[in-house]
Amino acid sequence: MTDGGTSGGEGPSPPGSVDLRAAFESSGVRDILEELDRELVGLVPVKRRIREISALLLVERARRELGLSHEPPTLHMSFTGNPGTGKTTVAQRMADLLHRLGYIRRGHLVSVTRDDLVGQYIGHTAPKTKEVLKKAMGGVLFIDEAYYLYRAENERDYGQEAIEILLQVMENRRDDLVVILAGYADRMETFFTANPGFRSRIAHHVDFPDYSDGELLEIASTMLAQQSYRLSAEAEEALRRYIGLRREQPHFANARSIRNALDRARLRQANRLFESSEGPVDADALSTLEAVDILASRVFQGRMPGEGMPGKVRSRS
Amino acid sequence: MPMRLTQGTFSFLPDLTDEQITAQVQYCLDRGWAVNIEFTDDPHPRNTYWEMWGHPMFDVADAGGVMMELAECRKVYGDRYIRLSAFDSSPGWESLRLSFIVNRPAEEPGFRLERQELAGRMMRYTTHPYAAGKPAGERYGND
Repeated sequence: MTDGGTSGGEGPSPPGSVDLRAAFESSGVRDILEELDRELVGLVPVKRRIREISALLLVERARRELGLSHEPPTLHMSFTGNPGTGKTTVAQRMADLLHRLGYIRRGHLVSVTRDDLVGQYIGHTAPKTKEVLKKAMGGVLFIDEAYYLYRAENERDYGQEAIEILLQVMENRRDDLVVILAGYADRMETFFTANPGFRSRIAHHVDFPDYSDGELLEIASTMLAQQSYRLSAEAEEALRRYIGLRREQPHFANARSIRNALDRARLRQANRLFESSEGPVDADALSTLEAVDILASRVFQGRMPGEGMPGKVRSRS
Repeated sequence: MPMRLTQGTFSFLPDLTDEQITAQVQYCLDRGWAVNIEFTDDPHPRNTYWEMWGHPMFDVADAGGVMMELAECRKVYGDRYIRLSAFDSSPGWESLRLSFIVNRPAEEPGFRLERQELAGRMMRYTTHPYAAGKPAGERYGND
């Protein structure tokens, strides 16, 4: 649903020319896109979509410089996909991208959920929503699980009030802030059906696919490398099996499940080292996860991981 | 002859435009100061504590957020004095760094100087805003 920004073709003879290639280089968009390619595993359709959006925005900016368009383009987006598919991370990059292209003034991301927007009693919602909007001004407002704003079963729900204020700001302050709504694809669809105002104000829909097993394994090694851990060959094989099994179980949250699994594996590794070691341990032992650390997971016993583990926050989104 | 209230920074300059106010606010925010909005219809120089419009605005990154509140405040109290104050909390307490008037009543009647004669030839002086003679809320050209 990209708007007709690029499709207009050549207008009346333009009062000059713009080097798009140079603009691409100098605006730093190229750096961000390369960073995106380098640092985010998989997500091919998302990356392609972002490339398209940035091309559109570059062209739009050039058109504005030549006086061909005056209206600020609608930039609000919706990110749909299952939990742990990188929506927040990409939103962060998107904020950076929009900032470098000069569509937003600051480039910060304010991430909120229903609780931050909707109040508890009459008259509480509007100030709360406005407070959040004020903080997001000049940047990107990221509303995670946006469909919770609308509760069809309760027509007096205060969420409706927040929705109205949001819609108003999305329309009137397009050059001040960009709103990104995120959540599961099917529930977002229901949400948009119930609130057609949102759908018409959103220019870009980006769908985040689930990661493949191979990609999750790659993500795991990246995460571990960042913390100076590594997997032994057997552990890697165990993790590969773990991913396959974990996917079949409920509450699977892609990369987030993997991160939690690795956290638990580190816990077990620490325990193992502590209990089995006699004498000094070297750096190699301290940074290597063995197969036993992963195979001890309840996933291999056909039960859910994290069940009955105190202090472990269930991944929700 | 109408009088012009000179309190706070920039008050001897012509009124700031919204663009200039935005730039000042952004200056404050970039330094990590929290900006708040206050209004009053009693501009006596010793009336230090004006009424607050909403909460102090912590964690606002962009002047647009403050300007949005200012627009709201002007809608309600456009006939009164409104000022912005910026507070710096880096010393461990909030201290005022910048304060300037961003809205004035259409007419500023000014102050009356009252002399009270005391024993001998002593004099005691009091300034009294003409506007404060009326009840709060009706002071500046409200119908």
